[in-house]
Amino acid sequence: MIVSLPPSPFDRDRRNRRTMIGMAGIGLAMLGLGFASVPLYRIFCEQTGFGGTTRRAAADVQVREAVGHKMSIRFDSNVAPGMPWQFHPERPTATVTIGARSMAIFVAKNMSDKPVTGTASFNVTPTQAGAHFTKIQCFCFTQQTLQPGEQVRMPVIYYVDPQILEDSDNRDTQQITLSYTFYPVEQDKKPS
Amino acid sequence: MTTITADHHGEYAHEHHDADHKPAFFQRWFMSTNHKDIGTLYLIFAIIAGIIGGGISGLMRAELAQPGIQYLQTWAQFSDGPNATLDQAYHLWNVLITAHGLIMVFFMVMPAMIGGFGNWFVPIMIGAPDMAFPRMNNISFWLLIPAFVLLLGSTFVPGGTGNGAGTGWTVYAPLSTSGSAGPAVDMAILSLHIAGASSILGAINFITTILNMRAPGMTLHKMPLFVWSVLVTAFLLLLALPVLAAAITMLLTDRNFGTTFYDAAGGGDPELYQHLFWFFGHPEVYIMILPGFGIISQIVSTFSRKPVFGYLGMAYAMVAIGVVGFVVWAHHMFTTGMSVNVKMYFTAATMVIAVPTGIKIFSWIATIWGGSISFKTPMVWALGFIFLFTVGGVTGVVLANGGVDDVLHDTYYVVAHFHYVLSLGAVFGLFAGFYYWFPKMSGRMYNEFLGHLHFWVFFVGVNMLFFPMHFLGLSGMPRRYPDYPEAFAYWNKVASHGYEIMAAGMLIFFVNLIWSLAAGRKAEGNPWGEGATTLEWTLTSPPPFHQFETLPVVD
Repeated sequence: MIVSLPPSPFDRDRRNRRTMIGMAGIGLAMLGLGFASVPLYRIFCEQTGFGGTTRRAAADVQVREAVGHKMSIRFDSNVAPGMPWQFHPERPTATVTIGARSMAIFVAKNMSDKPVTGTASFNVTPTQAGAHFTKIQCFCFTQQTLQPGEQVRMPVIYYVDPQILEDSDNRDTQQITLSYTFYPVEQDKKPS
Repeated sequence: MTTITADHHGEYAHEHHDADHKPAFFQRWFMSTNHKDIGTLYLIFAIIAGIIGGGISGLMRAELAQPGIQYLQTWAQFSDGPNATLDQAYHLWNVLITAHGLIMVFFMVMPAMIGGFGNWFVPIMIGAPDMAFPRMNNISFWLLIPAFVLLLGSTFVPGGTGNGAGTGWTVYAPLSTSGSAGPAVDMAILSLHIAGASSILGAINFITTILNMRAPGMTLHKMPLFVWSVLVTAFLLLLALPVLAAAITMLLTDRNFGTTFYDAAGGGDPELYQHLFWFFGHPEVYIMILPGFGIISQIVSTFSRKPVFGYLGMAYAMVAIGVVGFVVWAHHMFTTGMSVNVKMYFTAATMVIAVPTGIKIFSWIATIWGGSISFKTPMVWALGFIFLFTVGGVTGVVLANGGVDDVLHDTYYVVAHFHYVLSLGAVFGLFAGFYYWFPKMSGRMYNEFLGHLHFWVFFVGVNMLFFPMHFLGLSGMPRRYPDYPEAFAYWNKVASHGYEIMAAGMLIFFVNLIWSLAAGRKAEGNPWGEGATTLEWTLTSPPPFHQFETLPVVD
């Protein structure tokens, strides 16, 4: 059997350095991927409705109503600790026709003696319904500022996409809960 | 597999005189660039960390021996002052489970498997004089010391409710961000950063060594399986640890610099942390067990006097486990509310791993089958490994089912599962390797009787300790609580007695270790006979300070 000669120490050191640089490159690439996962994860959730992320549509969207198919919607409202607001839906539930444009009203009141700016995070459960829950207009798209004692009524215009009827994951979905949590907006915690 | 002709032995024995000059004590042990000395340092470090981590589990088993809080409040007075509240006692519990997990994973199993046995035997087994980057090797080891000091130090500074980092080894947000004020969690995170850097440098060193430093004729497909296992492990480290580094760096900025990567208030998502953590965390469990697979392959072959059955299948089974291990992470997160299809994928992908693992188990059995078996201490530990790892693997397949996991998630069934594959799998692999290579590393034989006694006491102890946890988990006992209802009292008491037996087994180990180092019989170059075919057995015991100045030729 032919055995190759051992490489000279000089060759070997150069080869070792090359391998090390390549491997360090892989390590750095994985580090970069770790940080890149933040925007990638957000895009993934927006595209797939993963984890109950709702969809968003323009005001002129055309949807065909699935006449005779109803869905119960429950509205849930929360405020984060330290948020001096009262926040609740006008009606806790609504029964809507699938595909029909519907409106829900949420009421917020600033209970403190200072103007407070808030922003709402949201999702729906069951989470697999997120891909079929589409909002056209929502107070959660922008920040809201309430003066001391001010009360506002805030609308959400939404529809349940008729595709939910063909989605086997949502065969058993009878009710969708739409949940909001209002957070105070601090100077150092800008929404990304 | 490699075959080495007998006359090599004499050839390398001549090197002994000029190759065995050792530097003075301080330079040898504190500025070491010698792979064998660094391996020894790693092993000593792992033993010390193992005593601390094992001691912490003793505290936990003492508290869990009966329902109610017996000792925790008293212990909390040591860490939080004489007026420690019950909440601070509960926090101390979280600190204990966190410390036990992190110490055992990052400061016991990994340093022993990869740093210890990897450093000692990878260069020798491929016929290399040393690692590719001896100085980097030194840095890898000494980074572990500040990492360990930071982790232990975190116990003495505030971490939210009480002193210490009480986040669990997973460091999930938001408990680890807004839920734990104070420097303890920052110190624990920094400790993970440093330990991770140490492991990444080590991984680069191993990959370079194995790819470039092999002796003439030592092709990849002739490398001993232990070297294969370290190569796959090193790649897993290189791909997984930077992701953990990124994830915990974002934890640090969320904690200290007002970012909101994991905070819904600012548009972040705490679930993202879980995805990142387990993208690292699942490969991490293979990082801990793969070198054990390699060790068991060497031992089973040696003491059956047969080459390993299906060598190539064994090597590529490890590669397959490593590759598939990267796409199954969300089976740790089945209860986060994922859709049925996602659950189905992660269930199926997880179960696929049972195939290469099964190949390894069956190939070990086929190696033993028809062999000329001698039941030396390393061999009984290896047989214990095969049996117990299979038990842990079976419960792993059970837990892989998304639907079953909904019930068993975060119960003691999970604790039983991962202790069977790690505490009984990886640790049995470590002891098997330790007894197998002890004569080579120290130049002295261990005591065979004490080795067997250690095995049997330890085997009974750990099974009594961990097997009842299956029952507790199936009856619904949740993990990570210091207290439980009366109904769980019986099996918890049994488990705590199991710990006592296990601890007695460890005493036997240390008696054996000290006795053998001081008064053990001198070991020959190859104490195991013709079954031991890898290159380390062609050298003297212990090997000369510098081996293979003329490279061995493998045919």
